Amino acid sequence: MQTKTPILSIQNLRRDFKMGTETVHALRGVSYDIYSGEFVTIMGTSGSGKSTMLNILGCMDRPTSGHYILDGEHTETLKRDALAKIRSQKIGFVFQSYNLLSRTTAIENVELPLLYNPAISAAERHHRAIEALKRVGLEGRMNHLPNQLSGGQQQRVAIARALVNDPVIILADEATGNLDTRTSYEIMMIFQELNRQGKTIAFVTHEPDIATFSTRTITLRDGLVKKDVINETVQDAKEAFEALPPPETFDE
Amino acid sequence: MNPFTLVKIAIRALLRNRMRTFLSVLGIVIGVAAVITMVAMGEGSKQSIKEQMTAMGTNAITIMPNQSRRGGVQSESTEMLEEEDVIAIREKATYINGVSPMVSVGGQAIVGNNNSPTTLSGISADYLKIRNYEIEDGVMFDDEADRMAKVCVVGQAVVRNLFGGENPIGKTIRYKNIPLKVIGTLKAKGSGDFGQDQDDVIFTPYQTVMRRFSSTTSIRQIYANSIGEGYAAKATEEIMNILKERRSWTKPTDPFRVFTQEEMIQTVTSTSDMLSLVLTAIAGISLLVGGIGIMNIMYVSVTERTKEIGLRMAIGARGKDILLQFLIESILISLLGGSIGIGIGIAASEIIKSVMNWPMSISITSVFVSFGVCCATGVFFGWYPARKASRLDPIEALRFE
Repeated sequence: MQTKTPILSIQNLRRDFKMGTETVHALRGVSYDIYSGEFVTIMGTSGSGKSTMLNILGCMDRPTSGHYILDGEHTETLKRDALAKIRSQKIGFVFQSYNLLSRTTAIENVELPLLYNPAISAAERHHRAIEALKRVGLEGRMNHLPNQLSGGQQQRVAIARALVNDPVIILADEATGNLDTRTSYEIMMIFQELNRQGKTIAFVTHEPDIATFSTRTITLRDGLVKKDVINETVQDAKEAFEALPPPETFDE
Repeated sequence: MNPFTLVKIAIRALLRNRMRTFLSVLGIVIGVAAVITMVAMGEGSKQSIKEQMTAMGTNAITIMPNQSRRGGVQSESTEMLEEEDVIAIREKATYINGVSPMVSVGGQAIVGNNNSPTTLSGISADYLKIRNYEIEDGVMFDDEADRMAKVCVVGQAVVRNLFGGENPIGKTIRYKNIPLKVIGTLKAKGSGDFGQDQDDVIFTPYQTVMRRFSSTTSIRQIYANSIGEGYAAKATEEIMNILKERRSWTKPTDPFRVFTQEEMIQTVTSTSDMLSLVLTAIAGISLLVGGIGIMNIMYVSVTERTKEIGLRMAIGARGKDILLQFLIESILISLLGGSIGIGIGIAASEIIKSVMNWPMSISITSVFVSFGVCCATGVFFGWYPARKASRLDPIEALRFE
């Protein structure tokens, strides 16, 4: 499954924030590689630097020093527009609060990233959005609006949106944070399935049980890598889901 | 992102807030409609004044004594115009093709039981040409053959008032007990300039007035006609030289005052130009206010959609894409408002024209200019909010609640 070319490599990454007169060192020299096909969870308490980490991984922020090479490209020196292009073509984002456009159908939400890629025609866009929705099992809800979908379904639309541009890595930011355990596990089933199909995933979370579904866990603390372990026994999300007690009230 | 998609996104965003969009469009509608209506009003009154002036004869030149009055007392040295002046001008001047004295008597014109307080104007035949009168029926008197003859030519108001609309030719008008035979009628000129009815006139040879009615040798005014537009100044100078030469005039001041119709038109037009400028400026202010309305709405919209902007940026939108998205929204608002405003402005002008009977002239220029201003308004007032949106930090924007 793993090849030995890192899809993502960060070297001695630092990020300082000026807060008035004080300088906060959010990241103090982080280094690791992520290889194609890995499913990495990045853990840490709040203040550990994991949000800063994710913003840099997502090319929305630039490190103060150090290197970040994504898919062979040095990103730390790129300008705003070039970073936007990387986000548009190499990264898929999944957020904690879904961030779907309201009053916009599921399929239009999924098409959104492709709008910013001029190389893709309207027909191609539509086709790829349908494919992405099929992969998350929502082909029956394509024309529903976000407020007509449950939280789990909305997050699946968001995953489809992250898939649609065929990114080299999917970045998830507490993607199960707003969901109950059953729905969280359902979402993790989708992530595991995508990972099995070869997608590289970096998943930020603070829930240890979520980390057990990944193949590797990097733990940050005070801006440094505290632990970086390969999970020997990856828990299968489908089995975990089935082991849960049946819902007491009706399922969504 | 292709322009068509951008427009589609913008339309959808505008439709999402129908009421807000409607109100900002309304601001532009009112502004543009006001500009078009006000310009139409200004242009209309300008044209109507010009038409009235033209009806009086565009090339007309009026010569009158330079009566300098100080403290209400007429100065003694006033030079009077004489019949010889008319003859001299007719013979010598090269830039004019018609000249006529004007001597008038006030009184009652009587026909049977009807009477009318119409002024009796003593003129020569050239006067018709100078003031754009035309013979409708009968003939004009001849300067030579009808010298001092008791004949007259009357306007349509006189035909109506004294003859009850019947053909007056061959009939007689009594003026100060002197019978004048009507030999011709004038075509109607319509209600006149500055209140006076140009059809309420009785023309008779000037010698008739001078010898039979007022027994005077001085002439109040001389009218002349320059040979064409643009010759007024030359004709004026020439006339003045002829008049001075006859009197061996050496004083530095001119003995007579000469007005040209061109000068009059210019004076009146510059006044009405000023008026339409003021009207347009006021209307322009409402367009500006409409533009500020757009800016306000766009700022609100940018703030409200901060999270959407953050998301779009996170998934690959460049600052430029966001800028264009918001700019196109504001341009669409102003284009829509502009188009509706042009329609309403034209309709309002037509309604004012037909209901209130005001002279309105819709100028194509004002339509194009206000439409252009309107597009510029959209870009100008949309620019800052759009730029604000495009410069948002995606991380901050996504965190925005």
